[in-house]
Amino acid sequence: MWDYTEKVKDHFLNPRNVGEIESPDGAGEVGSLACGDALRLTFKLDENKRLKDVKFKTFGCASAIASSSALTEIIKGKTLEEAEKVTNQDIANYLGGLPEEKMHCSVMGREALEAAIANYRGQKVVKEDFEIICKCFGVTDREIIKAVRENDLKTVEQVTYYTKAGGGCGQCHPKIEAIIEKVRKEMEKEAPPPKPEKRKLTNIQKIKLIEETLGREIIPALKADGGDLDLIDIEGNKVLVALRGKCSFCPSSEFTLKQYVETKLREFVSDDIEVEEVRP
Amino acid sequence: MKTVYVDNNATTKVAPEVLEAMLPYFSEYYGNPSSMHFFGGQVQKRVDEAREKVADFLGADPSEIVFTSCGTESDNASILGTLDSYPEKRHLITTRVEHPAIGNVCTYLGRKGYRITELSVDREGRLDLDKLRESIIEETALVTVMYANNETGMIFPIEEIGEIVKAKGIPFHTDAVQAAGKIPLNMKKSKIDMLSISGHKLHAPKGIGVLYIRKGTRFSPYMIGGHQEKGRRGGTENVPYIIGLGKACELAKKHLGEENTRVKALRDYLEVKLLEKIPNTLVNGDRVNRLPNTVSVSFEYVEGESILLLLSDLGICASSGSACTSGSLEPSHVLRAMGVPFTAAHGSIRFSLSVYNTKEEMDYIIEHLPPIIQKLRDISPFWKDYLKSQGKR
Repeated sequence: MWDYTEKVKDHFLNPRNVGEIESPDGAGEVGSLACGDALRLTFKLDENKRLKDVKFKTFGCASAIASSSALTEIIKGKTLEEAEKVTNQDIANYLGGLPEEKMHCSVMGREALEAAIANYRGQKVVKEDFEIICKCFGVTDREIIKAVRENDLKTVEQVTYYTKAGGGCGQCHPKIEAIIEKVRKEMEKEAPPPKPEKRKLTNIQKIKLIEETLGREIIPALKADGGDLDLIDIEGNKVLVALRGKCSFCPSSEFTLKQYVETKLREFVSDDIEVEEVRP
Repeated sequence: MKTVYVDNNATTKVAPEVLEAMLPYFSEYYGNPSSMHFFGGQVQKRVDEAREKVADFLGADPSEIVFTSCGTESDNASILGTLDSYPEKRHLITTRVEHPAIGNVCTYLGRKGYRITELSVDREGRLDLDKLRESIIEETALVTVMYANNETGMIFPIEEIGEIVKAKGIPFHTDAVQAAGKIPLNMKKSKIDMLSISGHKLHAPKGIGVLYIRKGTRFSPYMIGGHQEKGRRGGTENVPYIIGLGKACELAKKHLGEENTRVKALRDYLEVKLLEKIPNTLVNGDRVNRLPNTVSVSFEYVEGESILLLLSDLGICASSGSACTSGSLEPSHVLRAMGVPFTAAHGSIRFSLSVYNTKEEMDYIIEHLPPIIQKLRDISPFWKDYLKSQGKR
């Protein structure tokens, strides 16, 4: 079963702004029956060119319906220029997050909005201008590039979660890989990555670094005093250790932990490390 | 909130009698059947009795029953154990609508250089037997065809297929995980060489399965280990679960009549009422050659996951062949192989009943499903388009 947030469930069970506006100012439709989801968005502007009324009709799963409902709530009252800035991530955030496999539902919302605004302005989003990369789901290079950029995607699997591209026969995977590589190179040029020492550690990197630091910087010093220490567990930034040998009954063990072990780990691993002792 | 459980092709409730039979074998009779002492020996006797019950249920000889950990293991063992016995043969025949426990093994073997023939099905889910006849060659190591399909409940003509396959002297396996307990099985009068069943589909717990291997069938163990199961499957016997499965098979034999009368009538009642009350609804698969407990229906212009979650909100547990429920993006391979149109495939719902279901439960579903479909159709852009195309507003 999907792990949907309460907000997703609420917007699915009680969708807001369902319907179709008669003679709308703008209308956009994305998706199809074959693809398994589709969204038709219609809107009307007020005298100040703000979105007065927005309605949707959606065919799709719970997260598709919830994303559509969320989109209409987010953009109501905004000008088109403001609405244009809404990203799929904004839709997902509004719902308290979506399972990664379902992120394409939020992308569908953003695309429908884009299509409706283009329709109002008399522009046409012509798919033929772009190369269809995924034939199974009719996804163009433009859509993939946009999703990679806006959501910082790194793998083909992520691109599938966000755009559906590559979720069918899989023949387009090499093409998607090439796009990801190209876009990421461009992104790196635009914004050079932060220096490695400041980068966020993955859990595995963090565990390794803590083990290395303990082995190199801390345990030898404790052993010199006839003590020792075992790493028991790591929960987020909390490092659980057990003191052994002389340390285990040393009256200043609390001091050792906080002033020595924690300081060292903060120095070599991360500023927010907290060390706690586990007693047997 | 009450729970209406109509997802018995996914898993079933452990029958109270089964649980009761199992319990002493966790704490009291915990001996190893292989031990020399009385404490293990008494357990061996009970395992033998359970084996006899399973054999009786399948119309087999007890020596032909091999206990495994699940249906998937039975399927894997039958294919890999046969290929191992015929190393010179590199061709397999199966169907497009198998469970992944067969389908993905075949895909894996395809990558390893085996040639795989997948038989297609028609719109009603029926197999092309002429294609089967043409496909059997000298190199064919095994033909494996499921007894009944998990999604549609379609029953395949296994004995007819067995005739064709055995006339050519090829080993024949069937995945009968969905068929066992729902239709009669009798290995004495059958052409089947190997047959898989799974405990948790017939009111035994998860974690126990059976591979029936006809006497004289060439087979190499897949789980290599001790002498257990006459050297055909290593690993200390899962005694409590074997005892449970023995009891479950005894009950299944007793309930077979009820499955095909009362349960079938409930299924038919549900199906007819849903077709009557909800427009643009169709049944997937051949309605005649079908398991008595299963119905797969498609509601056009709506999506399955949405239906399931709204049902779930009312305590009704069913399943769907829609893309969104599985985490994949394409609807069920079974419905696609049958050529069910996309308008319907995404909105498919499977109800699978058991002897524990009642008419009141069917009425509860019949009362609550039509408004759910209507609600989703009111949200769906395609429903209005459809009504317009029909000249209705």
